Amino acid sequence: MVVELGHYALILALMLAGAQAFFGLAGPSLRSERWLAVVPSAACGQFVFVALAVGVLVHAFISNDFSVHYVAENSNSALPLFYRVTAMWGAHEGSMLLWILVLTLWTMALVARSHTMPAAFAARALGVLGLISFFFLLFTLATSNPFGRLIPAPPDGNDLNPVLQDPAFAVHPPILYMGYVGFSVSFALACAAMIEGRRDQLWAQWMRPWTVMAWAFLACGIALGSWWAYYELGWGGFWFWDPVENASFMPWLIGTALIHSLAVTDKRGLFKSWTLLLAVTAFSLSLIGTFLVRSGVLVSVHSFAADPSRGLFILALLVVMIGGALALYAWRAPLMKSAAGFDFVSRESFLLFNNILLAIAAAVVFGGTLAPMIADTLGLGTLSVGPPYFNPSFLVPILPMLALVALGMHARWRRGGLGEARRPVLIALGVALVLGLALSLGVYAHPLKLTPVGAVVGIWIILSALIDPVDRLRRGLRLPASIAGMSIAHIGLGIFVLGITFVQSNTIERDIALKPGESAQLGAYRFLYQGGADIVGPNYEGFRGTVSITRNGVPVRVLYPEKRRYWVQGTVQTTAAIAPAFNRDLLAALGEDVGAGAWSLRLQYRPLIRFVWIGALIMAIGGVTAVVGRRRAQPLPDGATLPTATALPGGGSLPAAPAPPRGRAR
Amino acid sequence: MNRFLLPLAGFALLLAVLLVGLVRAPEKSILPSPLIGKPAPQFTLPNLFDNTQPVSSAALKGHWSLVNVWGTWCVECRAEHEVLLQIKQEARVPIIGIDWKDQNEDALTWLEQLGNPYERVGTDRDGRVAIDWGVYGAPESFLISPAGTVVYKHIGAMTSQVWQSEFLPRVAAGPGA
Repeated sequence: MVVELGHYALILALMLAGAQAFFGLAGPSLRSERWLAVVPSAACGQFVFVALAVGVLVHAFISNDFSVHYVAENSNSALPLFYRVTAMWGAHEGSMLLWILVLTLWTMALVARSHTMPAAFAARALGVLGLISFFFLLFTLATSNPFGRLIPAPPDGNDLNPVLQDPAFAVHPPILYMGYVGFSVSFALACAAMIEGRRDQLWAQWMRPWTVMAWAFLACGIALGSWWAYYELGWGGFWFWDPVENASFMPWLIGTALIHSLAVTDKRGLFKSWTLLLAVTAFSLSLIGTFLVRSGVLVSVHSFAADPSRGLFILALLVVMIGGALALYAWRAPLMKSAAGFDFVSRESFLLFNNILLAIAAAVVFGGTLAPMIADTLGLGTLSVGPPYFNPSFLVPILPMLALVALGMHARWRRGGLGEARRPVLIALGVALVLGLALSLGVYAHPLKLTPVGAVVGIWIILSALIDPVDRLRRGLRLPASIAGMSIAHIGLGIFVLGITFVQSNTIERDIALKPGESAQLGAYRFLYQGGADIVGPNYEGFRGTVSITRNGVPVRVLYPEKRRYWVQGTVQTTAAIAPAFNRDLLAALGEDVGAGAWSLRLQYRPLIRFVWIGALIMAIGGVTAVVGRRRAQPLPDGATLPTATALPGGGSLPAAPAPPRGRAR
Repeated sequence: MNRFLLPLAGFALLLAVLLVGLVRAPEKSILPSPLIGKPAPQFTLPNLFDNTQPVSSAALKGHWSLVNVWGTWCVECRAEHEVLLQIKQEARVPIIGIDWKDQNEDALTWLEQLGNPYERVGTDRDGRVAIDWGVYGAPESFLISPAGTVVYKHIGAMTSQVWQSEFLPRVAAGPGA
């Protein structure tokens, strides 16, 4: 009965999403104040019913209601309570529901902030979000209903995929979805600007905080996923260029480009049509990613159960949403002319290069991801595209981009040159050359030619990002949040570059069979296999090995890698043991029992790998700092004082905004 | 041409690729069993209901039969059970069950509660026979011709639609395969 209520709530949410879309898109055109007033209420109602549906499904998991097909497939009475909750998004149907919940959360956030923009504009953007939500709810109800019954109920469920029985799985999907679903707000604002045919650039100012927040969430989500793959898949890799990883990485690259081009559009009124195209593209890539993951066209370790009918539905959705937005773009973008010009070495041109190179990088990833499918379509046979393609070709656009970051941060708007910053930037380059070469030729000596380049560029970016804050502090000036955020994000980027550089060139990896008492040497570290014992967990049994590590005879750490066999699904899971430290990770994973008491072991030494995730996290912190700080610094007046609907094609303006339901939203 | 139309054109091209990929996806995902067209792998398994009379592949000769691999631990098997009962009622193709990696008591309770669609059930407790049949997940169903060759394999839960569109036409077409 409760389960049917959840199903019913989802149907109500669908109808409210339809109302939100209709009144949001039609209301402003008909200048109907009453129609406009429906939009926030419909959005709130939609959120309430989606949340209710999610609550019902979680309840079904907690109460072990195996008469629900989805629960029976993805849970088990022996599964710990914590994982019974997170199992809600453990497979296709539930994760679609999570996708929609996240979309309604972003919608609620936009409702809460809608007083910062004209009522008609906000209504149009909410209308676009309602349309997206409507299609996804329809998709879920029609092809992926999580509330389907299985009667008679099985006595017990099939258990959650063991790979997903991990604390990181509780946060990784929600945060990742917050990121790439978050670009829907930028998409909706871009559509609203194009529908209105706005000639000003105010929309860029409104779009900036949303884009930066979504981008920050996506950075965290990707980093979390990478960290999870690193220790959970048991093989020590942190990035596999898997189609699903690429599906989240491409929107992030385009989102990064969008943040930078928004800065130009907001400040200088340039690149308007390009910025709109990026905003449409970022979310389009999220949608295409959803299609690739859930339609079965690409084979990936992350793939959800393939179902062509779902694929066809999402394809139709792509046609409506992306096709519609791009048609709107072809119609409206020619109106958005930019009058101002800029010098060749100005801030604008650096940001233009940043955009072009990031777009090329995204195209490289996109091409590599789709290549197997295109080859198959053209009858060229089966093609597998992996790191040997991605690593070098990704570097071609990214390396020049990174090299320009340190300069671009300090280039002046419009006029050429670096101005006052010229001296400190060059000093930073000098220091970076000394430190970077010392690091890559001394501490982490390696023959790879690109290592010193990565080290120098990474350090140069960090030092260059510090120039402004240090200078302002020394002169006793206030540090505006936007500059603080930018500096933090770029410091994160520099740390990330250093991490990638050294982990790629200086990792030591050995696969070796060891008997108890035997050991292996990796660089300065000696790994001693001491033997192992059988273990039993709540829903698995397995074997735990003991590996003690010493460095020059000094004990470092004892590791306990495990090999688990989960009873219900019979899956074998390798749980690697990791000794993390600020400057290196040591990893031991069990391979196979090779007989006579010996086990094959995978042993790794990975320098600076933590820098990769910490760098991504710092980038995200920088983004959040800029958004939150700016809001504090300039509290925006209420909607009524902003110019309303100055760009409606027919002229004339709408009545002031209906009072936004702020109380409910917060 | 208007350069602002270029993104739309690019998207149209992409759509074409995605559509072709989608149409071809099922072909890729269905791994054709190497057993198709070959004689069904031989087996002799203990009978679930009667210890003295083993179930063997000899029972497949002389008429069409459906070999269904299942287990009480398998959720999809419960979902397809209703369909198997309907197939039994049609009385055109007898179903031979292979109870895979299961406990006899559980299997007997299951058949008592949900009804028994099988003519015979062999118990493959250690999964040896399932390996010969190339089974990598339950449920799987094999259509065996009167000559004892494997004609078709379906992975996943049997549905009325699959039965009507994939199995029955092959039976009606006669023992050509």
